[in-house]
Amino acid sequence: MNGRRKPWLLWAASALVYAFLYVPLVIVVVYSFNDSKLNAEWVGFTWHWYDVLFHDEQMLTAAWNSLLIALTSSAVATILGTMAGYAMYRYKLRLLPVLVLTPIAIPEILLGVSLLIFFVLLEVTLGMLSIVLSHIAFSVGFVAIVVRSRLSGMDESLTEAARDLGATQWQALRLITLPLIMPGIVAGALMAFTLSIDDFVITFFTAGVDSTTLPLQIYSMIKIAVTPEVNAVSTLLMLVTLVMIVIASRLSPGGLRGH
Amino acid sequence: MSTRVQKWILSGPPLLYLLVFFAVPVGIMVLASFRYAGEFGGLAPLFGTGDPDELTGLTLESYQRFFDDRIYLELFAKSFVYAVVTTVACLACAYPLSLMIARSPKKSRDLLVLLVILPFWSNFLIRVYAWMIILGPQSLFTRAFNGLTGAFGLEPMPLLFSPIAVLIGLVYVHLPFMVLPLYANLEKHDPALLDAAQDLGANAWQRFWRITFPLSLPGVYAGAALVFIPALGIFAIPDLLGGTDSMLIGNLVKQQFLDARDWPFGSVLSIVLTAAAILFAGLAAWFGRQKRT
Repeated sequence: MNGRRKPWLLWAASALVYAFLYVPLVIVVVYSFNDSKLNAEWVGFTWHWYDVLFHDEQMLTAAWNSLLIALTSSAVATILGTMAGYAMYRYKLRLLPVLVLTPIAIPEILLGVSLLIFFVLLEVTLGMLSIVLSHIAFSVGFVAIVVRSRLSGMDESLTEAARDLGATQWQALRLITLPLIMPGIVAGALMAFTLSIDDFVITFFTAGVDSTTLPLQIYSMIKIAVTPEVNAVSTLLMLVTLVMIVIASRLSPGGLRGH
Repeated sequence: MSTRVQKWILSGPPLLYLLVFFAVPVGIMVLASFRYAGEFGGLAPLFGTGDPDELTGLTLESYQRFFDDRIYLELFAKSFVYAVVTTVACLACAYPLSLMIARSPKKSRDLLVLLVILPFWSNFLIRVYAWMIILGPQSLFTRAFNGLTGAFGLEPMPLLFSPIAVLIGLVYVHLPFMVLPLYANLEKHDPALLDAAQDLGANAWQRFWRITFPLSLPGVYAGAALVFIPALGIFAIPDLLGGTDSMLIGNLVKQQFLDARDWPFGSVLSIVLTAAAILFAGLAAWFGRQKRT
């Protein structure tokens, strides 16, 4: 380090912070294989909690709901977000950037309660539909940001060359721009999917009584008691997220840091 | 196709969607904060039978209630203190880590940053749940902790459902928000400045406090805003890790909307909460800009 001595104190402190970040999650994973109802001491290895999990009707319904909601909302948010990102990159707009960025900047609870009032006043039954509509509202901005950052890294001369060679604007967009920004779009879609499947606060307010998602189900379970079944579902959820991140980072190395 | 038409085809649908499902709901909530509460919860209906004043009128009643009753202002102050303590604790944890990453060889930096973000991508509730296990009454950690304090003659104390548990949860969940802007700032520092200071006889302590730290202030302010805003409005962490005395402003908002069903008052609370958060973030951004020039 430029002749300075190794800052061992800095390294030790950092190692502690990394431990602080990882030890709790490791404990969740380890106890999901523990043959004891209490998350307290290691007793022995078992697959029992995964077995319980895969026979828990409520949990399976919640997982299925989460998947459906995440697929629909991320599909719509990707289309709207890509349009918004492209429009913000290409044209000077005043209102759109504000509407895209504010939902990200305000406390989540504000968006949750205002959507609750909105749906109840319009007499929309709270359930899958209201959850999907709300998830789209907060995901659009994230997709738009990822797509726009991908666009600003693009070589503008490629579309110009296509236009010079006689491509219509539509052809240039479809054959040149879209394929070039595709990694950004896919990364944005994965981000929207993850945000949706993870969301707790906004879903909490817009779900009503009959529909439940995985985070809502986990919340109501751990509110009552700690059970290793939650460890099992958490472990699986972490595994899914990890796979998604690996795919997303392969596609767009810069996209993750934008979040 | 003219540029104008293209512009509207592209920006129209997202614009419309966000107007309907973001701007209008927030507008309705602002309006709701000036309305009377309905007899059976929610809002007073605009049409129908009943007190004509309550049907069409607007009122400052809910705002008055907020500012008149000390309980609410105290709860606000308490949430503010929790958010500030969280921000400071996050800064204390994030600073050495960010500095270490920024001074690591270039090729390992991305990996070290990714290792900070990775836990943050697991579900928020899972991360809170992990602390319910660690701080639970029968856990190894609690027993070790109480054994240690017992050696000094202190009574064993429960860790879960306490303000300490809430603070640990808040710090754990928000830490990456502090690390990322801080690292982004520290990475850009010119090492030549530190070399120059060393040549001129500054020791490590002086080099840090007179060069690195002042230069990193924009990153500190950005991180503080990113931690403070979500920490101020949180309700799930006090719900799960806190005891009966750990209610924060977010819990009150939730209660007003889901249990008490007093929407006007709930709206006032969310508006004041958002205003406070934005004010703080604005101040932080302003301070950050002052330092940059």
